[in-house]
Amino acid sequence: MRVDSSQKLSGTISFLLFPPGYLHCSFHFFHVCKTLSSSMSMSLKEFDYIGSSEAKMEKITHKQDLNLKATELRLGLPGSESPERNTINGGGMAALKILVSGAKRGFSDTIKTSSGTWGFPDNGGSEVDFVKSGALFSSSSSPRIDNKNPNSVKEAVVSSSTKNYLHDKHSQIASSNGQDSVAASKGQVVGWPPIRSFRKNSMATKQTKNDVEMGSNCVYVKVSMDGAPYLRKVDLKIYSSYLDLSSALEKMFSSFTLGLSESQMDLLNGSEYVLTYEDKDGDLMLVGDVPWDMFTASCKRMRIMKSSDASCLAPRAMAKGSGRN
Amino acid sequence: MAYSFPEEVLEHVFSFLSSEKDRNAVSLVCKSWYEMERWCRRRIFVGNCYAVNPKIMIRRFPEVKSVELKGKPHFADFNLVPEGWGGYAYPWIVEIARGYPWLEEIRLKRMVVTDESLELISKSFKNFKVLVLSSCEGFSTDGLAAIAANCRNLRVLELRECEVEDLSGHWLSHFPDSFTSLESLNMGCLNSEVSFSALERLVARSPNLKTLRLNRAVPLEKLPTLLQLAPQLVELGTGSYSAEIRSDLCSSLLEAFSRCKNLKGLSGFWDVVPAYLPAFYSMCPRLTFLNLSYATTQSPDLTKIVSQCHNLQRLWVLDYIEDTGLNALSMSCKDLQELRVFPSDPFVADANVLLTEQGLVSVSEGCPKLQSVLYFCRQFSNSALTTIAKNRPNLTTFRLCILEPRAPDYLTFEPLDSGFGSIVQHCKNLRRLSLSGLLTDRVFQHIGTHAKKLDMLSIAFAGDSDLGLHYVLSGCESLRKLEIRDCPFGDKALLANADKLETMRSLWMSSCAVSFGACKVLGQKMPGLNVEVIDERENLDSIPHNSPVEKLYIYRTVAGERFDMPHFVRTMGKDNRRFK
Repeated sequence: MRVDSSQKLSGTISFLLFPPGYLHCSFHFFHVCKTLSSSMSMSLKEFDYIGSSEAKMEKITHKQDLNLKATELRLGLPGSESPERNTINGGGMAALKILVSGAKRGFSDTIKTSSGTWGFPDNGGSEVDFVKSGALFSSSSSPRIDNKNPNSVKEAVVSSSTKNYLHDKHSQIASSNGQDSVAASKGQVVGWPPIRSFRKNSMATKQTKNDVEMGSNCVYVKVSMDGAPYLRKVDLKIYSSYLDLSSALEKMFSSFTLGLSESQMDLLNGSEYVLTYEDKDGDLMLVGDVPWDMFTASCKRMRIMKSSDASCLAPRAMAKGSGRN
Repeated sequence: MAYSFPEEVLEHVFSFLSSEKDRNAVSLVCKSWYEMERWCRRRIFVGNCYAVNPKIMIRRFPEVKSVELKGKPHFADFNLVPEGWGGYAYPWIVEIARGYPWLEEIRLKRMVVTDESLELISKSFKNFKVLVLSSCEGFSTDGLAAIAANCRNLRVLELRECEVEDLSGHWLSHFPDSFTSLESLNMGCLNSEVSFSALERLVARSPNLKTLRLNRAVPLEKLPTLLQLAPQLVELGTGSYSAEIRSDLCSSLLEAFSRCKNLKGLSGFWDVVPAYLPAFYSMCPRLTFLNLSYATTQSPDLTKIVSQCHNLQRLWVLDYIEDTGLNALSMSCKDLQELRVFPSDPFVADANVLLTEQGLVSVSEGCPKLQSVLYFCRQFSNSALTTIAKNRPNLTTFRLCILEPRAPDYLTFEPLDSGFGSIVQHCKNLRRLSLSGLLTDRVFQHIGTHAKKLDMLSIAFAGDSDLGLHYVLSGCESLRKLEIRDCPFGDKALLANADKLETMRSLWMSSCAVSFGACKVLGQKMPGLNVEVIDERENLDSIPHNSPVEKLYIYRTVAGERFDMPHFVRTMGKDNRRFK
């Protein structure tokens, strides 16, 4: 048997700090730990942390047929049942798909699609005593072994993870920091990613500062045009209005639009192309809706789209157009 | 025959011991060593200001010159600790002012420091030399004015990422003309503009000035002037690094930089205009520390810079550096020990830069001295983690933040258990670890089994059951700080490992599954712990005992329950009138 030095050390500490009766309990706890880590063949069924036999333990160590949900410990008073266990499995597959395909999701999607809440049913159904006597906190229920669904590792793992994902709305609302309450209202998670406020504020003010600063700062944004081989960059600061910007862009990209008449090339009102931009939040917007100053403050890049691609953004373009796609 | 060394000899021997741990060990040898050691201890570090009370400290160590205190838990940096929780410096300052009139140094981290405290500091210590406030809040520039005006022998004034009420920049002008002892000034976190002529004169009359970190309000045009006045600088934090492009400014900057032969560390670089970057290229080969983490420069410029910094030891940079830049880093900077890559646009799901796990893998391959990593990115894989672990078994700090919670291995869609498992297996001296991505209980099994030197562990959105927490608490022998958020860890593991908690500095758990009842039991059974429940919901008393608490902060203490708690913080299990 391996000698577990942590066991000895904590035993010593217990001795120094606690009345003798305690010593018995603490050694027991560590005894349990050893069992878990060494998978020894001691018949400690009723002590077994995860509530099952050694066979189950081996399964876990061999990473096969993992059914973490069934062996998962839940909270609750003794003698009550867990109503949610079975429904979670059903939600699992959907959650798996979402999580797996989620390369492009934002945090808000994660929150909206999480399939269940981290509920706290009154259940003791799967709990086991750690120790028979002198336990710090015990429940009197018997071990529960649920072998009926040998899910694949992926699904079990993912579904239990997504099931457990509840971001308590309270902690979102309770956050008093202005930046974070904005984030929370957008469906973002408080305090995640773990970036200090100073840095967050610096990044935020950096952007507004760039746009608001007079004179020395320029606001260069990329402009792409569908079908053009390369992009251009313009300094929004040198223009004073949408008309100004639009005519400059038209001149810039005229070489790529041979054959189009002036009216067709008109970016603001024309029907062939639509001028769009990406704002601070990453959304694709139609140029021209907001006041010019607000536009220069929030525009990150621009895109000259073919109106066929932009049908949902630019109904007036479609209406004006002759039905040409 | 001498039974023991004379006291003077022992004292002299002890004076070579600087580490806290060594001193603590020495004091446990026997009573006479305890006595001797306590009289000659000069520096005190209190990692949790609620673990001990100042009277006890002063009684035991009567002749202290330097005090360092930390207040709020680490997760307060990310707004997880509600305002008003605590961490007040004033009670400590009052006692210290009384007990250590000859105190020279105060360092506070994550504490609430009021103007009153600063005024008291400025008036109580005749020989006060060093004030460092990191991530502190609660004071205004008036408090700084008091420090400037009254601390005649001040050498170091550093404000690192503090939240200061910026009433005006006038505080700097309070340094008297006779004040010439300044060695280090860090005002990077202040917003308002200081009087430039006052700053100029201050720098001019401080021949020992080695560290100067300006704030964003100091324009680039003024930098050459300051550098001309302080060519002896070792660390410089620029102010705003942008200006209209003028050749005269370019050349004066270039000239000023080239005069600073001792410059080893650069930071600042807010609002960078790339045209001015070449001004400090000549410094690059000498640099050991470079903080470009506020510089929104793109990869080509960043690559060019790092490629010239052959002696670089620590680099902090934004993810604009991209994989290509990190590759260049790995080829040019063979002395690199610490790398921190921060996200430029963390709240957007789509990657705005080409920074992937590959960047870190390259650095792990090319930089043999790499010990400390903080890396924010959007994707990772088990194979990358394993490669990094095998390349760099000498890692001591590994903090990986995959921006999306619960993101799996992007190649196999599996959890990242085995990858992090490799890290703890190979990096036997790992002291600090932060996890992210999709993780099951298995990663905790690996950690509990292998991470024997782990001192601090940060966990978020991970694990499946109490088993995970149990593995960590029972296996990590050296663990002192554990912080957990949004994990399904509950009562069982916590109560089963109650003893472990007394061997640790603190445990933070928020949005987990620990019930009120369990907290109460824990608090009752463990008199050496404060089990603080932080919960801002209303009608707390009517919430059932088996309901989970919002946030939980458990720490060992000899100071007993604290009495400066707001209504939403309760210490459980003591004879507490507020909670039945």
